[in-house]
Amino acid sequence: MSQAVLERTARLPRGRSGFPQAVRMESVKVSTLRSTWWISALTLAGTIGLAIVVLRYYPSHWSHMSRADKASFDPVNDGFTGLALAQLLMAAFGVLAITSEYSGGMIRSTLAAMPRRRTMLAAKAAVIGAFALVVGEIAAFGAFFAGQLVLTSPVPHATLGQPGVARAVLLAGAYLGLMALIGVGIGAIVRRSAAAVAVIAGLIFVLPPITLALPDSVQHSVQRFLPEIIAENSLTAVKPVAYSLSAWTGLGMLCLYAAVLLGAGGWLLARRDA
Amino acid sequence: MIHARGLTKRFGPTVAVRELSFEVRPGTVTGFLGPNGSGKSTTMRLIMGLDAPDAGTATIGGRAYQQLRWPLREVGVMLDARGFHPGRSARGHLAALAASNDIPRSRVDEVLGIVGLQDAARRRAGTFSLGMAQRLGVATALLGDPGVLMLDEPVNGLDPEGIRWIRKLLIGMAGEGRTVFVSSHLISEMELMAEQLIVIGGGRLLASAPVRELASRAGSLEEAFFGLTDDAVEYRSSEASQS
Repeated sequence: MSQAVLERTARLPRGRSGFPQAVRMESVKVSTLRSTWWISALTLAGTIGLAIVVLRYYPSHWSHMSRADKASFDPVNDGFTGLALAQLLMAAFGVLAITSEYSGGMIRSTLAAMPRRRTMLAAKAAVIGAFALVVGEIAAFGAFFAGQLVLTSPVPHATLGQPGVARAVLLAGAYLGLMALIGVGIGAIVRRSAAAVAVIAGLIFVLPPITLALPDSVQHSVQRFLPEIIAENSLTAVKPVAYSLSAWTGLGMLCLYAAVLLGAGGWLLARRDA
Repeated sequence: MIHARGLTKRFGPTVAVRELSFEVRPGTVTGFLGPNGSGKSTTMRLIMGLDAPDAGTATIGGRAYQQLRWPLREVGVMLDARGFHPGRSARGHLAALAASNDIPRSRVDEVLGIVGLQDAARRRAGTFSLGMAQRLGVATALLGDPGVLMLDEPVNGLDPEGIRWIRKLLIGMAGEGRTVFVSSHLISEMELMAEQLIVIGGGRLLASAPVRELASRAGSLEEAFFGLTDDAVEYRSSEASQS
């Protein structure tokens, strides 16, 4: 080996590139794409905007509502209608974080820089999940406060100090972070943007109506495990909903889904040719 | 130093690379020559671990690519011109990769200057011409100031001035003691750039020798190349007729 080569080897820093470096790489990647910012802006606008639009209905109609409708009115949960849109946006954000690297040639540069693929995927999930969690919490608190402002007398409104309210708002935001993680996992498994987004859309829009075809008893036991139903009936519900998981069990289920999908994605990523 | 030993890769029924062994030494430009579809790109993908070989090993300085401590500081790779996200700027692309190997941020603008992209640094890379994309690929390879460079068809899409630029750059890099491994299907370009040549055809090693030696043996490098690859084609067709 020539002198120049020996000097170069000696110049290498100690240690090796690993998870912290991979996290930094993924952070720069997320912050240098315009799509990150518009997808976040849409998530915020959708969640907060729909909270205002939906809850504005109540002050003018409250006096005409039936006693049962008044009793079932949940000023927190009913303000999270926008989660239906936001969950799709954040899941797509997670999907694209990985599939967009495959549709171009970026994945080759990424794996050249970080050839240990599971470390790369773990870092990507950490960065995407954390970013989506922050966006989710801003959206959730924004929707909550905007919604409660709209709920004028005689409609009852909620405050964060009431039992279960702070939990519902926090978990609404956490739901969006978890949907992004589920997106990353599905993206790593499927690798193609269109197919992965179709899987997500199927999970959110097609699976729930399919369960309606099942006999009632089966329906009740199956539906409560669907992500969207968990978000609506468990995580963000302040008034308990029949046939649903508790908020914390629901959160655990979603974490389990994300962990299984990311685990499968990492397993495949390490075994397949890139 | 790049070392391939018995590399074999199948894609379904086709064997893209078979029992390929060679060495690429530091201090010279080693050309990797072969017709289109002869397995050059697959070999490079195997060396950097993007594809897993069905048999054999490839090492860089004695280690598999996955075992390198600071991959980008040890090996600079350009596999094809579009190794970036089209929505990211050239600077953003390089900054992300720099972060992955603790490469100082100042190096990003340095390599953009080396490849002449400083004025396009903020532009989305998806809007780049093939020549500019190629330059960004070279910048990516140079980012970690690595001792080993491996480039797949780097002159593709470059104008004559660009071709001359990359030739000088790579010869200069080899002169500094680096290992430079460059593939091409252009015989004349290899003759100008490389001292050593590895010739493959049908995924097999056909020759590994100094350019001068190959050229003088057959009268010219072109004659030598067609002499070698004709044999490979004949060998393949006789094999096909047996089965």
